[in-house]
Amino acid sequence: MRLVLEKRTERSNTIALVSPLIAIGLTIVTMSIMFVILGKNPILALGVYFIDPLTDAYSLQEIAVKATPLVMIAIGLSFCYLANVWNIGAEGQFLVGAVAGSWLAVKTQGTDAGYWVMPAMLLLGAAAGALYALIPALCRVRFGASEILTSLMLVYVADLFLDYLVRGPWRDPKGFNFPTTAEFDPVATVPILIEGGRLHMGFVIMLIVVAAASVLLGRTIKGFEIRVVGAAPRAARFGGFNAKQLVVLTFAASGALAGLAGIIEVAGPVGHLQPGISPGYGFTAIIVAFLGRLNPIGILVAGFFLALTFIGGEQAQIAMKIPLDVTKVFQGILLFYVLASDSMITYRFRLIVPPRKVSRGAA
Amino acid sequence: MELLEAIILSVLAASTPLLIAATGELVTERSGVLNLGVEGMMIVGAACGFGGALYTGSITVGALCGIVAGTLLALIFALMTLGLAVNQVATGLALTILGIGLSGLIGAGFVGERITPAPHLRVPGLTDLPYLGRILFGEDAFVYVSLFLIVGIWWFLYRTRAGLILRACGDNHLSAHALGYPVLRIRLFAVMFGGACAGLAGAYLPLAYTPFFIPGMTAGRGWIALALVVFASWRPARLVVGAYLFGTVTILQLHAQGAGIGVPSQFMSALPYLATVIVLVLISRARTGGSTAPAALGTVFVPDR
Repeated sequence: MRLVLEKRTERSNTIALVSPLIAIGLTIVTMSIMFVILGKNPILALGVYFIDPLTDAYSLQEIAVKATPLVMIAIGLSFCYLANVWNIGAEGQFLVGAVAGSWLAVKTQGTDAGYWVMPAMLLLGAAAGALYALIPALCRVRFGASEILTSLMLVYVADLFLDYLVRGPWRDPKGFNFPTTAEFDPVATVPILIEGGRLHMGFVIMLIVVAAASVLLGRTIKGFEIRVVGAAPRAARFGGFNAKQLVVLTFAASGALAGLAGIIEVAGPVGHLQPGISPGYGFTAIIVAFLGRLNPIGILVAGFFLALTFIGGEQAQIAMKIPLDVTKVFQGILLFYVLASDSMITYRFRLIVPPRKVSRGAA
Repeated sequence: MELLEAIILSVLAASTPLLIAATGELVTERSGVLNLGVEGMMIVGAACGFGGALYTGSITVGALCGIVAGTLLALIFALMTLGLAVNQVATGLALTILGIGLSGLIGAGFVGERITPAPHLRVPGLTDLPYLGRILFGEDAFVYVSLFLIVGIWWFLYRTRAGLILRACGDNHLSAHALGYPVLRIRLFAVMFGGACAGLAGAYLPLAYTPFFIPGMTAGRGWIALALVVFASWRPARLVVGAYLFGTVTILQLHAQGAGIGVPSQFMSALPYLATVIVLVLISRARTGGSTAPAALGTVFVPDR
């Protein structure tokens, strides 16, 4: 008797719908086991992780603030992954966007520059993110170099470059030698939505991005092209779709969104440029993209869920001394379960019982 | 001369983890599986390897812990990609994310601890030879293991029947399947070997390279190992050249930083990563006559029954 995997004749729509929920359920079971191993009460820990942040207004806002970059980056990544293009360097594009936008903020600091500064910073951030993403894209289409490795390598380069800037030329002279720029001027910050709160304009921009992506993917020829090139490259070639052009386009779009997310994060919640502005948003966004089934609305929901794990993880560290790395383990396990459940959309298991051996005279 | 000897010794040390991890990945990829989780397996191997050595005081036990940890993670990867036919790129990324978290969790108590690093070989007479003595006869065991490993893998891939079958699986899994070879089982072993090597490579870092554990101490070496396999065109001999080349870049930039040549240290630190990008571009560009990658690399195989 053995278990084998076989292709379904038709994709299972039921499983497509519930697979993210199955994945979350399995992850929570696995997490409970891990909490027990760590010597914590799993019910209490899960409560701190997933319920407590939803019960006060401050945490709710904080979740939305964290979801903003995650969703924005994941939307861009979903374009790439739908087209079967692998941009895994969103973290670097995020950082470069943050750096490029901050340049303007640093240069206009203390001058009487007007309200054009913040919008210009956002544009700069998006443009720089797109240009940075074009490096791996062009290396791929021009020279055939694997975009997976080049985009990832550029994350380290961006990280070091940011580090150099805030320790060197852009360091705040009054910052007690901390590696940070001075606080941005009010005209160089993303405005807060609710007085005294944390939620900022970036959240609205993120919602606009989600809406635009829904239209692009669902209602335009380009969106159709992206999906065909990813799902059926041969058919796409016969259809005359330019796959190389799509590599460049999807990379540029995802880079622009990651860069925009980067500068919004710096000009919004953080308020200045410093190392460590991202707790790995660019990588967590990969999970968001897959958990959201590469669908804009799904990504919006998934982004909030993963933002919840960040906030829950921080609270669990304070309240129950659960190490922050548990959040990363949790996110990794979640991605495994998401991918595994997704596999059940196109495949199913079948138990094969070997037929009883019948002895015959001559074979 | 002293400086040159010191540089060569540190180049060998810096290259060894790259070579070990890349050797494992080379075998995995030659069987047709692309495991992008090398970085994750390495970092867990580093944490477990350090833990093993810290508690038992034995470098060998530490190395074994690293190997076991890497293999276990590789098994998860195999279960997903071979058992459930999941996309290999996405699973590899998941493995890296999980590995970074796990190593932080496992290694949280190890930060600040120190162990006695792996001893270096001492052959009376030979090690004391001028110039080449220490370089040839004064390394730690990992360096020699890495070289034996790559020679062994070369022999296995090109001189044994099993190696030929493994390469056949990587080039055309349908034909290999039709000939009656158990493609998935062969790939499972290849993936496990890759994991074991990545775990050992990770363990090398806290056991021999620096005698302590820091979270994130692999610093992208797993990714560089992946790039090395591409650089080597999936051939063992070129892998050695590539690994030592990258080790040299890493060490030279460190020495340049130390000498204070006026370039910001961050730019020098970025060199190995930039070099990887440039090398990938040059190598891919030079390959005009078609790809040298295993033809079935990264594709899903579900046998029809």
